[in-house]
Amino acid sequence: MDIAKMDVKNKVKENEEQAVLQVKNLHTSFFTDKGEVKAVNGVSFNLTRGKILGVVGESGSGKSVTAYSIMQILADTGRVVEGEILYKGENILKYNKKQMEEFRGKKCSIIFQDPMTSLNPVFTIGYQLNEAIMLHTNKNKKEATARSIELLELVGVNEPSKRIKQYPYELSGGMRQRVMIAMALATEPDILIADEPTTALDVTIQAQILELMQDLQHKLGMAIILVTHDLGVIASMCDEIIVMYGGRVCERGTADDIFYRPAHEYTKGLLRSIPNVDNMNEKLIPIAGNPINLLNMPKGCAFCARCENALKICLEEVPPEMEMPDGHYASCWINVKRQLEEEGSLKAE
Amino acid sequence: MSEESKYLVEVKDLKQHFKVQQGFFGSTYLKAVDGVSFNIKPGETLGLVGESGCGKTTVGRTLLRLYQPTSGEVRFNGELVTDKNITSLRKEMQMVFQDPYSSLDPRMTVEDIIGEPLDVHHLYANKKERRDKILDIMQLVGLNAEHATRYAHEFSGGQRQRIGIARALAVNPKFIVCDEPVSALDVSIQAQVINMFEDLQAKLGVAYLFIAHDLLIVHHISDRIAVMYLGKIVEIADADELNDSPIHPYTLSLLSAVPIPDPNKARESKRIILEGDVPSPLNMPSGCPFRTRCKYATEKCAAECPTLTDRGNGHMVACWNK
Repeated sequence: MDIAKMDVKNKVKENEEQAVLQVKNLHTSFFTDKGEVKAVNGVSFNLTRGKILGVVGESGSGKSVTAYSIMQILADTGRVVEGEILYKGENILKYNKKQMEEFRGKKCSIIFQDPMTSLNPVFTIGYQLNEAIMLHTNKNKKEATARSIELLELVGVNEPSKRIKQYPYELSGGMRQRVMIAMALATEPDILIADEPTTALDVTIQAQILELMQDLQHKLGMAIILVTHDLGVIASMCDEIIVMYGGRVCERGTADDIFYRPAHEYTKGLLRSIPNVDNMNEKLIPIAGNPINLLNMPKGCAFCARCENALKICLEEVPPEMEMPDGHYASCWINVKRQLEEEGSLKAE
Repeated sequence: MSEESKYLVEVKDLKQHFKVQQGFFGSTYLKAVDGVSFNIKPGETLGLVGESGCGKTTVGRTLLRLYQPTSGEVRFNGELVTDKNITSLRKEMQMVFQDPYSSLDPRMTVEDIIGEPLDVHHLYANKKERRDKILDIMQLVGLNAEHATRYAHEFSGGQRQRIGIARALAVNPKFIVCDEPVSALDVSIQAQVINMFEDLQAKLGVAYLFIAHDLLIVHHISDRIAVMYLGKIVEIADADELNDSPIHPYTLSLLSAVPIPDPNKARESKRIILEGDVPSPLNMPSGCPFRTRCKYATEKCAAECPTLTDRGNGHMVACWNK
C-alpha cells in the first residue's frame, strides 16, 4: 500500500518536472456592459514536453480563451483574474511587457483557425516570415530569407523561393496554413498552440496539415496544445485530452481514458451524440437542451441543466476534481457518490 | 408503377456554368456543375459529399431552380421542372440552408417566418387555421407554442435551424434540399437536428438531398451517397457499400482522410494523403478532373473523361483504371 502511494507520488513529481507548462486554477473573465463573463473558471492542467494535448469543447466552453490567456492576447475587456501559468516553473503572468514579448513567439507560438485573416494581405509571404525571424533572432535580412526558405521547405510548401515573393491571396487555404505553421516554428518554440488549425480546411487538406503537425512534432520535439471541437481530430492526434464545458474542465486523461472510459456525464453524452463507426445506422443520442449562457451560470455544475442523471447536490455545488485511477481526472458528483457508496458498503461488511 | 414515376427526382446531365469576368475585356465560364446525373426515390436520402468548390451546393440550388440550369434536365415526379410554374414547384420542393443566422429574417417573428410560405401558397381558409397550422409545424420540429411571437435572434443556433426546417416543412413538400444543415452547430446539437431529420422522414415520407462535408454524418443519415469532384460525380453507391468498398481513388482518399473518433482505430488507419490542391474550376484539367492528383492516372485519363458505369448493385463509378 505504501509502496503504491510512493509510486503515485513519484509519478506526480516526475510529471511536474517534465511539464513544460503548468496551468493552475486559471480564471479569465471578460468585463462587458452586461456584466462579468467568466469564460475560464478554474482550469488546471500540465503540458508535458514532446506531447500533444487536446482541448475539446463546444463553442463558448472556454477552450480558445484558455489558449489566449497563455499567450496573453486577450481582447481589451478580458483579464486573467486568478491563477498561475508556469513556464518551466516561472509564472508568466508576472512577466513584464518585454519578457512577455520574449516568451510570445520565441518560447510559445500560436496558429489560428482562419489562415486567410491571420496573414497580412498587403505583404508578401517572405516579408512576413522574415519579420518573425528578425524580431526574435539577430539574423540580417539575407540570413532571414534563407531561413524562411528553409522553413517553407520544412512545412512542405513547393517552390519556396518562388512562394516568398507571393502574396497570401495567391496561395490556397492549406498552403496558407502551412505558411502560418512555418511562421510559428521560425524560432523553434517549446510550445505550439494550435487553435482549431484545420476547421476551415477540407478533409483531404486537413489530413495533410495534421500529418504535417505530427511529423514536425516528432522532428522538433515541441509540445502542442491542440484546441478543437472535432472529436475525430482529437482521437487521431492527441496523447492527452482535456474536455471543457462552461469554462471548466470536466474531465482530463489519456485519449483512451476519454474515449473508452469516460467518467463525466458530458463526455459520455458527447460520445453518444456522434455516429458510431461500428454501427452507422444506430440512432444518435443527443444531449438535450441548449449550450450554456456564460452570463447566467448556474450555482453548481455547469452541465447539470442538461444532465440526465443530475443529483440534488449538482445544482448547489461545483463538483470537485476526483482522480479516477492513473492520472485520469473527472469533476462529477456522480463519481463522488459512487465512491462514497463503495466505501460505505466496505464499512458495512 | 410505370418506369417514369419510380423516381421522385431525376437529374440528367445537368450543367451549370457561370460567366466570370477576367481582366477588362475577356470572360470565361466557370463550370460549377458539369454533367451530373442521379435519381432520388420518394422518401429516400441521397447524401452529396465533396470538398469546397466541387459544386455540391450549386447542384442543390439548380435542382430548386434558384439558378437556371445551363443545360440538362431535372424531372420531378416525371415532369420537367423548367416547364412547371415556379410557385407550384416550390410547394413540392424546399430548402434548408447552412447558416441559421443569415437565413432567417431578423425582423420577422417565428410565426411570420413559418406563416409566410402558407400565405404564398394560400394554404389556409381563415386566421385560426393559419395559426393552428403554424403551431402544428412548430410542435413537429420541437418548438414550444410560446416561441411563436419571438424573433430569430432570441434563439440559439440549434433552435434557429429548427425554425428553418419548420419553414421548409410548412408547405408539406415531398423533397427537401438540405445544404450543410448541421455544420454550423455544436456537436451535441448536431445530433438533435440529425435525429429530427430522421424522425420527420419516417413520419412524413419526405425525400432529402443531404449536402454536407462531414462524411460520418452523411454516412449515418443517407441511404445512398454521391461523391463529387470538380463539378462531376465520381462515384455513387449505397451508403454502407460506399464506405466499405469504395472504388474511385478520390473516394478512397476522401474516406481515409476522415478523422475517426476512436483512438485505436485512428492509430491503425492509414491516411492516403493526396498531393497538392484541387485545381481551379476556371482552369480545369482535360479529361478526368481528378487526374492531376491521382496516382493511377494514365494518358487515357488526360484524353477522355470517364463516365459513370455500373459495377453491380447500382454502384456507379467514373474511372478508367479502377
